Amino acid sequence: MNSDRLAPWAAYSVVGVGALIMLAPFYFMFVFATHSRTEIFSLPPPLFFGDDFFNNLKILTERMPFWRNLGWSLYVALASTALTLLFCSMGGYAFALFDFKFKNAFFGLVLGTMLLPSFMNMIPTFMIMDALGWIDQPKALYIPGAASAFGIFLMRQFVASSIPKDLVEAARMDGCSELGIYARIVLPLLKPALGTLGLITFIASWNNFIGPLIVMRSPEMYTLPLALRSLQSPVNTEWGALMTGSAIATLPLVVLFVLSSRQLISGLTAGAVK
Amino acid sequence: MKLPAALRLSPEWTPYVLLSPFVVLFAVFGIFPLVFSLYLAFQSWEPTSGLGAMEFVGLGNYAFALQDEWFWKSLKNTAWLALASGVPQHLVAIPLAVFIHTSFKKLRNGAVGAYFMPYITSTVAIAILFSSLFSTDYGLINVGISLLSKVPVLGWLMPANPVDWLNEPDNIKPAIAMIVFWRYVGFNVVLYLAALQTIPADIYEAATMDGAGRLQQFFHITLPSLKPMIFFGVTLSVIGGLQLFEEPFILTGGRGGTDQSGMTTAIYLYRMAFDFNDFGAASAMSWLLFILVAALTWVTNRAFAPRKGSA
Repeated sequence: MNSDRLAPWAAYSVVGVGALIMLAPFYFMFVFATHSRTEIFSLPPPLFFGDDFFNNLKILTERMPFWRNLGWSLYVALASTALTLLFCSMGGYAFALFDFKFKNAFFGLVLGTMLLPSFMNMIPTFMIMDALGWIDQPKALYIPGAASAFGIFLMRQFVASSIPKDLVEAARMDGCSELGIYARIVLPLLKPALGTLGLITFIASWNNFIGPLIVMRSPEMYTLPLALRSLQSPVNTEWGALMTGSAIATLPLVVLFVLSSRQLISGLTAGAVK
Repeated sequence: MKLPAALRLSPEWTPYVLLSPFVVLFAVFGIFPLVFSLYLAFQSWEPTSGLGAMEFVGLGNYAFALQDEWFWKSLKNTAWLALASGVPQHLVAIPLAVFIHTSFKKLRNGAVGAYFMPYITSTVAIAILFSSLFSTDYGLINVGISLLSKVPVLGWLMPANPVDWLNEPDNIKPAIAMIVFWRYVGFNVVLYLAALQTIPADIYEAATMDGAGRLQQFFHITLPSLKPMIFFGVTLSVIGGLQLFEEPFILTGGRGGTDQSGMTTAIYLYRMAFDFNDFGAASAMSWLLFILVAALTWVTNRAFAPRKGSA
């Protein structure tokens, strides 16, 4: 009897304390973003917001083309999201509702690359981009990313489970063209899945570090993660400014996550849980 | 406006048209790099001398990798990190998921969200933040430790001097493992919550009727039911751990740390190519690491064949 009453409270406190530990680094990232380097490393360390945010921002914009870097991050993330949604919705629809030669073998191949470790492509991708003359060009980041195996997988699952073949057949009978069926029937029904895939693609591109590390060579072309890491040095790192930059890189993700955590979590674990 | 029948896309050809943009990109940027990397692993080549200057060296690059002390050291580091960051994630995620599953209703999404949030944020921003938290002097983590060392009993467990997390070879790996743990534990909580939902409630009711306590129920019902998910989740963690790159890369300034003690294999093969200009050896190393990852995946898949299709 007693233990039944006690148990939920024990659970609340364990989960609650754990959640605070999980969130504490974010809190300190935003707090440190408003303090100077000397304040961050003083005793006791700052536990609440200070007033050096704009000062930090000034140092940041003096040390690197910060707004440009932020702009590239946004541009690459948006372009990569748009292309991924277009190509993966087309491909997922084809895989789910059409029969064609080698369909299963090809889908297996696509799924197989989903498990491929990211370091495998690092070196050849650099050489291909070099040969294409795409070094320092944003398209080197968003065009390869548009062939997303995960995107194809997610779209195919969604089409197969929510768009009846009869509906497509009926539209065909009524004289709707094939591309018309895709644009006017399939795409609108895919909206929820497009939202999930869009969020995931945007976030992955925004956070992408290895991709730009390989192909972006000049600081004016850096995306945000690369630019921030270039500010780090063995001596005299401007920690306040670096924290401000990190906080600015993190804030959009926190906002996106708070607004859509359920959709994001179920999308990101879709491959694992289903 | 309708197109004449001859010009309209027939259902037969439609899938090819729909798939063509994906197929082109997938072939050029997904499959070709792999084939090329396989070819490169058998060549000796210096990027400065142009693509024509490749020379076939047979298994030379593999032999070089397998005799390279740093390569072995990087493999050991990687294995250590994969285990030390992977296993604790599950030891913590399972009880957390059980607590959330049994006691949280309204606050459930909030609790899951708090644990999941690190997973979606920028590794670079996080690693930068942690490199300040891990600072020897005045870093928040050392300040916390020195506060705890003043508490009786607990204080005996705490180091007397500030810990040099990022420069001392013995400390850098635990520091990296802590960040990786923090980042991925929430992902595993979600996996286990999904698995917990599939256990029928009446099993617990029957067990309660039979007088089984909470702990007994946990060890005799919950844990056995979670077994397939535990193996699947641990596999995912180990495979992910073997690819570790960004966290140690940022924490060690891209070099692998004092005595290469934070250098994972992924970092080493990056350095082999881009710092030491040996693309052939780097490709051979990437295939060796890939074989290791694939073998581990295969072994675990064999052990849990009934759950086929879950990946």
